[in-house]
Amino acid sequence: MDLRRKVAAAWAFLFGDSARAFGTLSLVLVACLAVVPAKDHFREWSRYQTRYLRLIRQRGDAATLQRRFQPGLQQTWLPELGVVDRCTTCHVAMKETSLADVSTQPFRPHPAIPHSLNEFGCVMCHRGQGAATTVEEAHSSTKAWEQPVLPARYFEASCGQCHQNSLTGTPQLNLGRKLLARYGCVSCHALRTAGAARMMPTNEPPPLTHVARKTTREWIYAWLKNPQAYSVSATMPDFKLSDADARDISAFLIDQSTPYQQPDASKSSSAAADAQEGASVYGESFCASCHAVQNAAGLMVGGDVGPELTRIGSKVKPEWLGTWLREPKLYAPHTAMPRYRFSEKQLGLLAGFLEAKTDSDLLANVHLDAATKEQIAHGKALVNERGCASCHELNGIKKPDNFAPDLSVAGSRSLAKIVFAPGVPHTLPDYLAAKIRQPSAFGSALKMPQYNLTPVQVDALVTGLLAQTERAEAIPAVLRVAGTPVLKYDPAGKAGKLMQDMQCFSCHAINGRGGDMAPDLTWEGSAVQRAWLLTFLKNPNTLRPALIRRMPRFNLTDAEAQTLTDYILTAYQTPAFDADSLDSASFTAEDRERGRQLFYSKYACQSCHIVDAQNDKGYVGPTLTEIGAKGTPAWTFHYLKNPQLLRPGNIEPNQSMSDADARALTAFLMAQKKAPAQEAAKK
Amino acid sequence: MTRWHLTAVLSVLGLATNCGPKGAGPKGPEAKAYGAALVEVSGGKQVAAIGTTLDQPLVVQVNDAQGGAVAGAAVSFRAGGGATVIPPEGLTGNDGQLTVSVALGGVAGRYQVTAITRDKAGKTIEWRTEEIALGYQQNLGRQLNDRYCSRCHDPESTAERVSNHDNLNAKPHAFTDGAFLNNVSDADLTSIITHGGAALNKSPEMPPYGGTLGKADIEALMAYIRAVADPPYRLKGLVYASN
Ligand code: HEC
Repeated sequence: MDLRRKVAAAWAFLFGDSARAFGTLSLVLVACLAVVPAKDHFREWSRYQTRYLRLIRQRGDAATLQRRFQPGLQQTWLPELGVVDRCTTCHVAMKETSLADVSTQPFRPHPAIPHSLNEFGCVMCHRGQGAATTVEEAHSSTKAWEQPVLPARYFEASCGQCHQNSLTGTPQLNLGRKLLARYGCVSCHALRTAGAARMMPTNEPPPLTHVARKTTREWIYAWLKNPQAYSVSATMPDFKLSDADARDISAFLIDQSTPYQQPDASKSSSAAADAQEGASVYGESFCASCHAVQNAAGLMVGGDVGPELTRIGSKVKPEWLGTWLREPKLYAPHTAMPRYRFSEKQLGLLAGFLEAKTDSDLLANVHLDAATKEQIAHGKALVNERGCASCHELNGIKKPDNFAPDLSVAGSRSLAKIVFAPGVPHTLPDYLAAKIRQPSAFGSALKMPQYNLTPVQVDALVTGLLAQTERAEAIPAVLRVAGTPVLKYDPAGKAGKLMQDMQCFSCHAINGRGGDMAPDLTWEGSAVQRAWLLTFLKNPNTLRPALIRRMPRFNLTDAEAQTLTDYILTAYQTPAFDADSLDSASFTAEDRERGRQLFYSKYACQSCHIVDAQNDKGYVGPTLTEIGAKGTPAWTFHYLKNPQLLRPGNIEPNQSMSDADARALTAFLMAQKKAPAQEAAKK
Repeated sequence: MTRWHLTAVLSVLGLATNCGPKGAGPKGPEAKAYGAALVEVSGGKQVAAIGTTLDQPLVVQVNDAQGGAVAGAAVSFRAGGGATVIPPEGLTGNDGQLTVSVALGGVAGRYQVTAITRDKAGKTIEWRTEEIALGYQQNLGRQLNDRYCSRCHDPESTAERVSNHDNLNAKPHAFTDGAFLNNVSDADLTSIITHGGAALNKSPEMPPYGGTLGKADIEALMAYIRAVADPPYRLKGLVYASN
């Protein structure tokens, strides 16, 4: 009773008449409205903003910082990129460069990058959950979150979403992409970058169609069991085969092998064992530009274009080696190995030198009985199962399409679809790294083989894969920077055949095709004098004392050197200037003297180049003692004016030279050659 | 009521155990021997991109009072600012050495790595080094330096690159030479890189790079030079916060 009366009184007090009711309702409304800001006040981000204000209060430029500070929830919305970022709500000082010394997060200003933060937002590069408003949800390095912030270790992956080309500032990404091609990952896995063709492998797994002619079953067995035991630098992975499986695969490989056209035995020169002379043929042919040999100290000496040769004598059969050195394309039509045109004597010496490179331990414990039909059949089944034909050409087995999962969007793989091995942290980068490092940890039935990679290589590969995101696929085409296209350029005619024979493209690029080990030859015809080129092709001498890799001698005949010279001089002319526009005859002694002074004082060219072998010491650039016999005056002049115009990426500094200076220097340089009398006397 | 209280207490206890210090499990290996000094063999003062593992491992050695190597001494490592040392502790091998790898943190700057061992009396012996982490711009500068500048500016030769430093009359400073370069202003450094030595009455052996490299590239080189300076470079005109 009492209670009821009290309630009635309270009701009358609050809502008794319309004025009272209105007042009460207004108060309630005000209270409700107040809850929203109050709730904000207790949010995490609000606490950070308060802390930021406290931080800047002590600074010299507090007033400016305060004025630029924007309170409340901040958001960057970039619909065409699918970006909704609220990160700057807490990371309030992204653009305050005067706070460069502050290292407490979230208040560090963003370090310098080539893009505007407004244009790209945060999650494009850092990943994470842009729309979230709590630290945990935004970064979420916890287990279940699909898109946690990318660890700094792999940042370069983000650049790779748009940049398919190789950037100077992303060495790790560049390495990763190179390794994906070099280790043949892309032979089994399809990998397409958005809007581009499938990535092609750059290793050259040998064809196995005639393998029995090249090596023994015992060697194959030992190699399959442990490729690194034969060659530390082998790119072939370890398939962790059991003894029986290796036995059966080796049996099958020998069984499927067919003969190939080998010159008859009478023609093949016998190996001559003169270690010294053999080594000198190896040396002067510059085999080491492409092939490495492990020295006594365990260091690799030589290039990695071709296979390591430390134990080659324990691998190949002498008949095969002779044929290979003579005519490599007979065995492997697509090989990068040049045909050297060795003399019979050279062949013998070189073969002898290589055959002596043996390792008695390698095959010491390999004893195989004759193969049975069942073993061969089982071997074939294994070859199919392991996908050997993805890399190697084999008789009777087709190259499988898409043998392994497509990796085109490997960087966006959903964690929910990943089965993690025990002990692997539940993040995508950790999964990728663990899988590359040790595939067998994810189950012994997996087909992925074991690679022998350094931690740096694993990180690079993970970076390369993390660049393959769904976001990258969805990026507007205008933002995409295409990679350098691999051009199919094939020079024609007799010269073209010679260039194919010598595999010029293994080292030199011409018209966008070829390697980067030696100078680009696209405009070589404008650059050099005929007589020099002819001599150089017959007997290449060292142009750069500081270089380890050099142009080999291919033992060309006079006629062949002529053909090649004629072709280079006509086909590889730059349209940038007329080759005859400058004539050495027009230079006076005065020009030359002025050039000398410019060379030594104004431009100090001697800090990198040698003109006077007695006094100059610089060896960053090529030696110029013979430049007057090598270069054309027009080329030299234009090269001095703009070194990058003719050779993009050249490190020679552009000195913004006047025409007069460039002409005087050209006059001086063109006089740098042996006096004709001296040359005649030498002959 | 009581049941509800019990649950609350249990869950608080559960949280407490969950939040206990991580890695408080088994301690590092038991020392079998004790040394008197801790010295660096290699791997200090390396430079690498943020977040990455240093190219070369860090190798330290424990010596006795006579300078002989001590095998089986326990060494533990501490790294600041999000850098990690793997493994964080271990025993020295027969050569008295312990090899670990160091992964840098995610923020550009210097990371202190401290190695700690104890002598017989239980007194701690510390040795400290600094590793440098480069951000994007600094790392770009590093690549450019390798390509364009180090031949002349780095007096050390490597197997792949012969130094040209000895061949020059004016000796360029190594970019790590903070004692000299920290006192040159940004404007002056930019100027000599852009216009070359001759334009500034210095040796013409320093070529101008303004025609070869863009502005952003030169800024990157500057950022790199500042990042690797030893002693460290501090931005001028800033009020340093005490964090
Ligand atoms: C051909 C050798 C050479 C190359 C290449 C070279 N420098 Fe130099 N540099 C010098 C010399 C010599 C000096 C000293 C000039 C003097 O003190 O008279 C110098 C001086 C400098 C200085 C002034 C501080 C000092 O060391 O005295 C800076 C900064 C500099 N160089 C930066 C660069 C950068 C950046 C690059 C690459 C883009 C570069 N240099 C490439 C030779 C070179």
